[in-house]
Amino acid sequence: MDLVNYLLRNGHRVLSLTLEHLELVGVAIGAATAIGIPLGVAAARRPALKRWALGFANVMQTVPSLALFGFLIPATGIGAPTAIIALALYALLPILRNTCVGIAGVDRAVIEAARGMGMTRRQMLWEVELPLAMGVILAGVRVAAVTSVGVATIAAAVGAGGLGTFIFQGLTMVNNTVILAGAVPAAILAILADLGFGWIERRLGAAFGTL
Amino acid sequence: MIEFRRAGFSLPGGRTLLSEINLRIERGETVALIGRSGSGKTTLLKLINRLLDPTAGDVRVEGRSTLDWDPIALRRRLGYVIQETGLFPHFTIERNVGVVPRLEGWPAERIQQRVLEMMQLVGLPPGEVASRRPHELSGGQRQRAGVARALAADPPILLMDEPFGALDPITRAELQREFRSLATSLGKTIVFVTHDIREAVRLGSRIALLEEGRLVAAHAARDFMNASDPRIRQFLAAAGDSVPGTSPPFPEGPE
Repeated sequence: MDLVNYLLRNGHRVLSLTLEHLELVGVAIGAATAIGIPLGVAAARRPALKRWALGFANVMQTVPSLALFGFLIPATGIGAPTAIIALALYALLPILRNTCVGIAGVDRAVIEAARGMGMTRRQMLWEVELPLAMGVILAGVRVAAVTSVGVATIAAAVGAGGLGTFIFQGLTMVNNTVILAGAVPAAILAILADLGFGWIERRLGAAFGTL
Repeated sequence: MIEFRRAGFSLPGGRTLLSEINLRIERGETVALIGRSGSGKTTLLKLINRLLDPTAGDVRVEGRSTLDWDPIALRRRLGYVIQETGLFPHFTIERNVGVVPRLEGWPAERIQQRVLEMMQLVGLPPGEVASRRPHELSGGQRQRAGVARALAADPPILLMDEPFGALDPITRAELQREFRSLATSLGKTIVFVTHDIREAVRLGSRIALLEEGRLVAAHAARDFMNASDPRIRQFLAAAGDSVPGTSPPFPEGPE
């Protein structure tokens, strides 16, 4: 009840922090996707690049998230850019890995038919490999997005705002209601992100007839 | 039309899959490449459309070494049918059949027209299957779609790798019969891979036997069955044993 009252009384602030949160996650996932998919496509054909790229993304993922934000502060300072870089680095692994796996998992017979038909590399990628790998790639983006919504609560620790602001505020005030005012909307966002990407996956699956 | 001159192929690791292949395939011929698994039939076929480059000798298509051809241009002049799974699972049958004309930049109307013709040619009812996806079709229908796709851009040469291998015997016989009349009426040069001697006899005007990467013999279908070459006799005997109800000399010739 306390929580509902608190949220109602601070409705405006909850909304603006939620939007800030979404912005952090959205930009970070956008960047991770823009880097992860092309890198994953390139890595799927080059074992050496694949080893390096996946190794790098793996290491990023093993750094505790709070520490990752902290490490970046000397380089990029306090504020949203630091948070976005950290989130994007974090989100890179599932997108990169799923792109590699998805592309590598396309039926060899289909690839051979495509080559035999006289498709260029580019045509094979856009017409055959990416559409057939799309389900796996999207699953990676989905995992990255859902994780990022949670991890982004730490962004408040580097002054980037978002729903973490409530959480850190509540921690210093030793006030559970304030903590929950950040945690509950963040959890709801994570669930919505999961549902949203699930819906997109199903729609694309139906459109391509692959899932 | 297609000529192998002492052509060979070895894997990067050094294992030799084909060596010293000499074979001339004339315009309008239907040549069956036959042999056991691992004898190099499929490798030989892939040397024609440059899915593989020869590591020795020369493979010539229409008088030009395949290495001098732009691989993309070469492949678009060669229809290619592979066993069962070669259709694009995310494309409708219509889109699958029209894929090479589309790559070649034909206008949409002409593609649509051509796809219709092709589907009728191979006995697929367009109204029923055009907008379906491959997994919604029967094995026989998929194979017909594969042939329609290979023929769509009207290539002078058709390469087929075990085209009817994944079908049940009745459907296979039906498709073989239809394919035979199709092959005669279209006048294409056809090279197909099979391990089924009966299929080779039914469809091939000439049969080439491969054994461990070497071309043992290439004879007209009738001569092949009556050849005295011990390696051919041996192959026929082995095939006859494994196919119930048939023993050499074969009772059935080309229909």
